Amino acid sequence: MHLAFLLNGERVDFPDAPPTRTTLDWLREDRGLTGTKEGCNEGDCGACTVLVTDPDGSLRPLNACILLLPQLQGRALRTIEGLAAPDGTLHPAQQAMIDHHGAQCGFCTPGITMALAAAHASADPDLDPDTALAGNLCRCTGYAPIARAARAIAHAPIPDWIAADARALADLSPHLALSLAEIPRGSGGSAPGATTPADAPARAFRPRDVDDLAAWHAAHPEATLVAGATDLGLHLTKGLRDLGRLAFISGTPGLCEIASTPEGLRIGAAVTIEDLRAAIAQAAPDFGELVRRIGATQVRAAGTIGGNIANGSPIGDGPPALIALGATLTLRRGAARRTIALEDFFLAYGRQDRAPGEFVEAVTIPPSPGTLHVHKVSKRFDQDISALCGAFMIATEAGRVTHARVAFGGMAGTPKRAPLTEAALIGAPWSEAGVAPALAALAQDYAPISDMRASAAYRLEAARGILLRAVAGDLVPPVLGALQGGAA
Amino acid sequence: MSVADPLPHDSARLHVTGAARYVDDIPLPANALHLAFGLSDVAHGVIEALDLSAVRASDGVVEVLAAGDLARPADVSPSAHDEPLLAEGRVHYAGQPVFVVAATSHRAARVAARRAALRVAPLPAILTVDEALAAGSRFEGGPVVWDKGDAEAAIAAADLVVEGTLELGGQEHFYLEGQAALALPGEGGEMHVIASTQHPTEVQHKVAHALGLPQAMVRVECRRMGGGFGGKESQGNALAVAVAVVAQATGRPCKMRYDRDDDFLITGKRHDFRIDYRAGFGRDGRIRGVAFRHLVRCGWSQDLSLPVADRAMLHADNAYRIPAMRIESHRLRTNTQSATAFRGFGGPQGVAGIERVMDHAAHALGLDPIELRRRNYYAEMPAPRPDRTPYGQEVRDFILGGLTEKLLDGADYAARRAEIAAWNAGQRVLRRGIGFAPVKFGISFTLSHLNQAGALVHVYTDGSVHLNHGGTEMGQGLFQKVAQVAAAEFGVPVSAVRITATDTAKVPNTSATAASSGSDLNGMAVQAACAEIRARMAGHLASLHQITPDAVVFAGGAVQAGGARYSFAEAATLAWQGRVSLSATGFYRTPDIAWDRARGEGRPFYYFAHGAALTEVVVDRLTGEYRILRADILHDAGASLNPALDIGQIEGGYVQGVGWLTTEELVWDNAGRLRTHAPSTYKIPAFGDRPAVFNVALHQGANPAATIHRSKAVGEPPLMLGISALMALSDAVAAFGGGRVYPALDAPATPERVLAAVERMRG
Repeated sequence: MHLAFLLNGERVDFPDAPPTRTTLDWLREDRGLTGTKEGCNEGDCGACTVLVTDPDGSLRPLNACILLLPQLQGRALRTIEGLAAPDGTLHPAQQAMIDHHGAQCGFCTPGITMALAAAHASADPDLDPDTALAGNLCRCTGYAPIARAARAIAHAPIPDWIAADARALADLSPHLALSLAEIPRGSGGSAPGATTPADAPARAFRPRDVDDLAAWHAAHPEATLVAGATDLGLHLTKGLRDLGRLAFISGTPGLCEIASTPEGLRIGAAVTIEDLRAAIAQAAPDFGELVRRIGATQVRAAGTIGGNIANGSPIGDGPPALIALGATLTLRRGAARRTIALEDFFLAYGRQDRAPGEFVEAVTIPPSPGTLHVHKVSKRFDQDISALCGAFMIATEAGRVTHARVAFGGMAGTPKRAPLTEAALIGAPWSEAGVAPALAALAQDYAPISDMRASAAYRLEAARGILLRAVAGDLVPPVLGALQGGAA
Repeated sequence: MSVADPLPHDSARLHVTGAARYVDDIPLPANALHLAFGLSDVAHGVIEALDLSAVRASDGVVEVLAAGDLARPADVSPSAHDEPLLAEGRVHYAGQPVFVVAATSHRAARVAARRAALRVAPLPAILTVDEALAAGSRFEGGPVVWDKGDAEAAIAAADLVVEGTLELGGQEHFYLEGQAALALPGEGGEMHVIASTQHPTEVQHKVAHALGLPQAMVRVECRRMGGGFGGKESQGNALAVAVAVVAQATGRPCKMRYDRDDDFLITGKRHDFRIDYRAGFGRDGRIRGVAFRHLVRCGWSQDLSLPVADRAMLHADNAYRIPAMRIESHRLRTNTQSATAFRGFGGPQGVAGIERVMDHAAHALGLDPIELRRRNYYAEMPAPRPDRTPYGQEVRDFILGGLTEKLLDGADYAARRAEIAAWNAGQRVLRRGIGFAPVKFGISFTLSHLNQAGALVHVYTDGSVHLNHGGTEMGQGLFQKVAQVAAAEFGVPVSAVRITATDTAKVPNTSATAASSGSDLNGMAVQAACAEIRARMAGHLASLHQITPDAVVFAGGAVQAGGARYSFAEAATLAWQGRVSLSATGFYRTPDIAWDRARGEGRPFYYFAHGAALTEVVVDRLTGEYRILRADILHDAGASLNPALDIGQIEGGYVQGVGWLTTEELVWDNAGRLRTHAPSTYKIPAFGDRPAVFNVALHQGANPAATIHRSKAVGEPPLMLGISALMALSDAVAAFGGGRVYPALDAPATPERVLAAVERMRG
């Protein structure tokens, strides 16, 4: 196989690309492009933000530190060195960052400038800078001047050189067509600095479509599937692990579609969190706002709903809401498919109902029987991992609960339903007094642990608070509402 | 006139194009090595066995050194010579470097460093201040105690006594650029170190000592840091010494940068404090006396803990005239990372203590907290009879009275206070709160001899100016401010001044860029150097034109002498042709300071910088979550050298202070292992955490002290403005109660702590 993509407008060819080399290390160590910075090496600070244009012309900001080279196949990568025009004219984001004193130490600046440019390229004048920049930490400025820079460029035209990547991809696409061959074992020794275990031989595979993947994975059940690498990337950058045989599945036809089916909304496992957000924001506003708080723009643009589910984390933010929505999971192994309730997928901490060679193909959300309330509690509002996250699907008739599905993350070793709480809710008045028995039942459904994010006692107390907030939701504004409407 | 212009940061264009080079961006010679430390995961114990064979066998490894392999003992302490580069026999905290690996790539070194077989026989670990107190584990033998008057008697005689405890967590610096250093061995044993450090001279000293070289053979350079905040005052020593030692041993260039998790695990953070207080107030709201006990968790080595704890004591009065005061400061040794300098250097903890006392007293007296504070302010400048601080310094430049008035007017405080009360009355789940914090911060190193600086300036015959001084650039804009000073001296545009990297080979024997002193000290040194060259040029032109030197005018990029008008370049060329030296050093030492640390008396500070902030928050009683709705800040930067850069320091300092007191929580487990060691678990403020409405302004006015162009230091003081957010949260929490119980909100005020405080309101 050979990997090919555009780097700042120039074609790059890899006869034998090291499949677990991160884009950040490759840029800095092999290409000498040191403008892209390493701040955390785990996708949490945004200092390494780069722009990636897909063959369909869409542009995303991504964290280069956990972006593996094969994920760039057939795409266009643009770094801070390529953000200004070829004649040196600064991109409006760059100029605004200077004009508004948006850089102090300057280390987060390339990433922030790229994130600003990505938001700017979306050409959405209403794009909320709080969302666009939630994934970029700055320790110097307090963000105020960056917010001023963001406002200043809201209506500036998109420079034509930014759109050039999409045009170039269209021209080049026959040459950059997704290769179906495997990256040969034994590759990776030729790049400078590529002598360490992470770059050592690993078989990498890119499926033609979902059936191709299913057949390959059945034949290689020990292999790891790489979608957005937002979690898996840390096994490389922090765990320093050898990941063995890999399949790169982002963009795989049959895994990336969102479709209406008789059973409900079927979401392919490789649909990114960002695309999911767009798809459900209107139908389930609470869920949409929650999804906005999963990771940050760069993480949502890479991470997938399948990955969010399949990694089995007790604190993944997708599962509680999806369980409350009654979602089902389609698992695929070879030609065989089976469908299970999402909550049944999570067996215990670190263990899921997934056979070797089997993978998550899709998640299906049935028509909603009521209203979904979702609340996430974390130390920091944006881009934090939940201390707990609760979801309530509630239908009422004449003020009494007729349908209740409740699930929490962060309250057990897995995302978990709350059967006793649900039982206490059904038939009860949907009011602060009416849910009192349900509040008590939460302590029977869950025995949370204490860790660095929260104590067990707080988790239980806040879980009750979340249920009360779901009840009171129509009566009082949530905190954010006060932020927007209540301030003097 | 370049001074006072709101010019952008000198590297702004380089920053936004990715062209600004940090240590890790410097192209390396082909045979360079990359280093990583192997760390202890035990908090305290005896090293029983260290088998490094698997490390040596790991791919790409060239050298592996433990303490016993070093040619000579290497120490990295900035103070007490108590920090071996690599653990010697014992480990003192989880995260302590035990050995160093050099390999052909950064990743290879990291992989190898995890392959050691290290067996440590655990010893009892002292992790908390309570354990340290019980074990008598401390620095300086016993507590440092300062008394002014008889505090206990004053408190006993007061109408009202408030007492309590304030817990203040530590804080990780989270400079975006992690620690990094590069050593390039030169001929004849010379060593050139390029490091991300606030203190090149100290790095030079530590490297010279570790290599057994005279200081003259070690050159340390720093063009810029990607953030410092005090975290690169002493905490970079270990990397710089390590790269130099391995470079000497192998003859190859060596680079080391910490992975972010290692950076968290190895390096020191802000000291966490427990402050016990007892204070007596009159019914008039005037404080009669206060007694503080500071329990300072210093970690395993002394580092800078003594002056940090001193500065906390020196700021325990903050803005208030306190007739009687007692402070006991316990500097406790624990088996944790060695707490170190962090913006404010103990001052924020000291200020937070007295601000808590004021807030508590206002609650108890039913007085407006701002009104109570104002009644206790020091006498306003110009005071006929200036007050004295508890440590005996006259407060001659106090301006918080007028500044507070102006802030409250601009922020519409009275009306908002009433509106919030009315709004709260209509809410079931939410309460808004408003909080105020003033700051009076003493400017000067408390170790008086550090208050000196040097500069080196060259003028070339084309009129360009080469500028160098001992200060380091970490984002604060020091280089640009000082360039503005130089440009003003020569009457040339700032673009004619070439800023160059801090370099121990150009300006020797410098102090750390710390204590907010960067532009005060280096600005004056540069001014002196420029004035010297200008005087020589003026003298020469004066003699050519038969006029007096003071009739030669440097302005607008030109030099007027008699009837002639020269470009600055022509004037420089004339001087050169006249065999006049166009190179000069400059030197400055802060006048009028004298401090007796043992007695806790004297004038440690040349002057005070001031500021005040008003913050409004909303709190949700169901989960304890909250948001900052608005902040209004008025800050005193004297006659600002660069208002844009100063505003940047204020906005950034405030948000950093808010982070310290709200979301930034360091959590150690029972074995003393830090559990929050990456941004995934340690939460500095993110973009959406800045106040939704954020009004920041300078309180312009000349510094009565003769500082550089009458400006004031601005690096650290604004951090303490973040205390207003803690006060606002306390106010909102109090609004859930009936006024009987004081919230006593500890920091960091995470949603969990806020919820616990809300629940106390019901009790």
